[in-house]
Amino acid sequence: MIDEIIEVAGAELPVDERLVIRKRRLASERAGAGAKRICVVTGIHGDELEGQYVCHEVARRIRENPSALKGIVDIYPAMNPIGIDSITRGIPAFDLDMNRIFPGNREGDMNEYMASEIIRDCKGAELCVDIHASNIFLTEVPQIRINQLHQDVLVPYARRANVDFIWVHGSSTVLESTFAYSLNDIGVKTLVVEMGVGMRVTREYGEQLTDGIFSLMKAAGIWSGSVPEVREPVISYDQRGEDVHYLNAPVSGIYVKEKAHGSLVREGDYIGSILDPLRGKDAVKITAPADGWLFTTREYPVVDAGSLMGRILKQEVYDRCKENGENGTENTI
Amino acid sequence: MERKILYKVDALYRDDFRVTGFQFGQGEKSICIIGSMRGNEYQQIYACSQLVRKLKVLEEKGRITKGKSILVIPCANPYSVNTKKRFWTIDNTDINRMFPGYDLGETTQRIAGGIFEQIKDYRFGVQFASFYMPGNFVPQVRMMKTGLENVELARQFGLPYVVLHHPRPFDTTTLNYNWQIWETDAFSIYTTSTGEIERGSAAQAVDAVLHFLSKQEIIRYRGHEGYQSRVVETRDFVNIRTERAGFFESRVKAGERVLAGTVLAAVTDPYTGEIRQIITAPIDGTVAFVHNETLAYQNTAVFKLIAEEDVL
Ligand SMILES: [Zn+2]
Repeated sequence: MIDEIIEVAGAELPVDERLVIRKRRLASERAGAGAKRICVVTGIHGDELEGQYVCHEVARRIRENPSALKGIVDIYPAMNPIGIDSITRGIPAFDLDMNRIFPGNREGDMNEYMASEIIRDCKGAELCVDIHASNIFLTEVPQIRINQLHQDVLVPYARRANVDFIWVHGSSTVLESTFAYSLNDIGVKTLVVEMGVGMRVTREYGEQLTDGIFSLMKAAGIWSGSVPEVREPVISYDQRGEDVHYLNAPVSGIYVKEKAHGSLVREGDYIGSILDPLRGKDAVKITAPADGWLFTTREYPVVDAGSLMGRILKQEVYDRCKENGENGTENTI
Repeated sequence: MERKILYKVDALYRDDFRVTGFQFGQGEKSICIIGSMRGNEYQQIYACSQLVRKLKVLEEKGRITKGKSILVIPCANPYSVNTKKRFWTIDNTDINRMFPGYDLGETTQRIAGGIFEQIKDYRFGVQFASFYMPGNFVPQVRMMKTGLENVELARQFGLPYVVLHHPRPFDTTTLNYNWQIWETDAFSIYTTSTGEIERGSAAQAVDAVLHFLSKQEIIRYRGHEGYQSRVVETRDFVNIRTERAGFFESRVKAGERVLAGTVLAAVTDPYTGEIRQIITAPIDGTVAFVHNETLAYQNTAVFKLIAEEDVL
C-alpha cells in the first residue's frame, strides 16, 4: 500500500515560514490511472475540529486492512493550517472566511492561489467529504447539507454516509463561493457534513461518520472490506425554507440549555432559558414553538438579541421520513 | 439638526447598542449618508462628523431646501469600533454582508434590517466605504453595475474617478447593492484611508457630497467645482502583485502619476535587508491603490494602476 504525505499547495510567508497545505495519500499499489479516489477534507474553518478524529480514524482503519483498499484515499486534515493553529475560524491576518473564496484564482492573491491549487488537486476525484463542525456556538446532530442544485446527484450518496439528517436547502449566490459548490460544479460529488460543535472533538460522531465514509467508499468501489450497516437519515427537502423553526434569542443574556440536541420536543416544552445575572430578573423561558426534532442547540452561553439558540425540524417532516414514506425506497446509487 | 436613535439593542452588560443618525431639514427623504459599518473605519466616521458639522451650519443659515431632509449616520457599529474589532463582537459577522437584513434573524441580520428599514426609502444613498484589502485609494465614487446604476449622477460628486465594478456573489448582501435594488441611487465613496484620519481626503469627500447635494438642489452651497470625473471599470485596473513575501516599502502614494518603469516599491528580506523584489510600473498611469501595511504576502495586489495618456 502507498502511504505518503504530499504537499498540495504552498506559499512564502513574510518572515522565515512557509504556508503549506498537505494531504496524506493512501492508495492501493494496484490503483492505476483509472483508480477511483475519495477526498476527505476538513479544517477549512480553523475552529472546527470534529473532522480531525475522522481523518485519523479513516487512515487507521485502512492501515488495519490494507488489502481491502482498491482505490485512492486522500486525506486533507488542515485546509486552513494557521487557522487551526491559532484557534481562528477564518484565515488569520486576512479576516477572511476561507469557504468564501473558492474556486480561487491561480493569478490571484495568496489565499485565492491556495484555493485554486486545492480545487486542482481534488479535481477528478469520484467523491469528496468536506467535514465541518458547526461553530463554537451551536451543536449539531451529524448531518449533510445539500444545495438544491445538486440534490439529484448527492442525496443518494448522502444516504450512505451514516448521518442522522440530510438537509436540502435553497440555493443562494453567496454559497457559490464555497469549496463544496466549486467541486460539485466540476463534477466531484461533494458532501458537506456538519456535526458536533466547534473547538471540540466528539469521538462518537467521529466513529459514526467514519463508518459512513467506509460505506461510501464501498459503494464507489474504493473499499472492498466489510462495512457496518448505515442508519437511515431524516431527509428534509427544504428548498423553500419552511421545514425548520429557528429559535432566536428574544433578549441578550446567558443561555442555559434544558434539552439536548437530537431531542424530540412537544410544543410548549421548555428548551432553555436566558438569564440576566446582573439585574436578577426572572429568567426568560424559551419554549418549543411546535412539535419537532431539535437538531441544533446552542452551546455557547452568551447571547445577543437575535442569537440562534436552536433549530427544530417540523414534526410532520420528521414523521414522514421515519414512517418509511419517501425514505423507504431502495438505497441505490 | 435632530439627533435620533435609529436602532437599538438592549445589552446584557455593555451599554446598549445604538445606531445614531443626524437629520437635517424636514420632508422628503432626499439623501442618506452612512459612515462606518466595520470597527476599523475611523476615517469614514470622521468624514461623516465633518459633514454633520457643515450641514449644521448650512441648516442654521437656511440653506437646506424646504421639503428636503438629509440623514447622516456616522457609524452603524459602535460596538466593534470601541473594541477595535473589525466585525461583530461576538460572532465576527460583517453587518455589510447582511443586507437587506431580517428582523427575526440573527443579531447582525436584525441590525442590518433595522438600519435598512430606516434608510431604504431615500432617493440617494452614499456610503463612505473601505476596501477589503488594507491600503490607500485615490478618491473615487464606486458603483456596482447592477443595470440600475446611473453614471451621470455619480459624476456630480466631482471626484477624480467614477469606478464601476461587477457585483461578485457576496456583493448581493451589501448595503450598496440592496439600496440599488430598492431603487435608491447608491454610491460608495472611497477616501484615501481607513484606519487613520486623513483630514485632506475627508474634506474632499465632504466637499464631494456637498457638491452633489447642491447639484441636486437639496442645499444651496458654492464649493469648488470639482473634477471632470473619469469613468473606469475595475477590470481596467492594472493589478501589480508581489512575487515574494517580506517587508513592503512603498515609494509612491495613491493619486500619484507614474511613468512606465518608475520604481513603485521594494520587498525586502526581513532578516537580511536584501531586496527580494523591486516593483516597477508596467504602464504610464495613476496609482489608484497602494498597499499600506509593512508585511506583504506573496501574490498580494499591492498596487492598482489606471492607465493614463499624457503623463508628464
Ligand atoms: Zn465550517
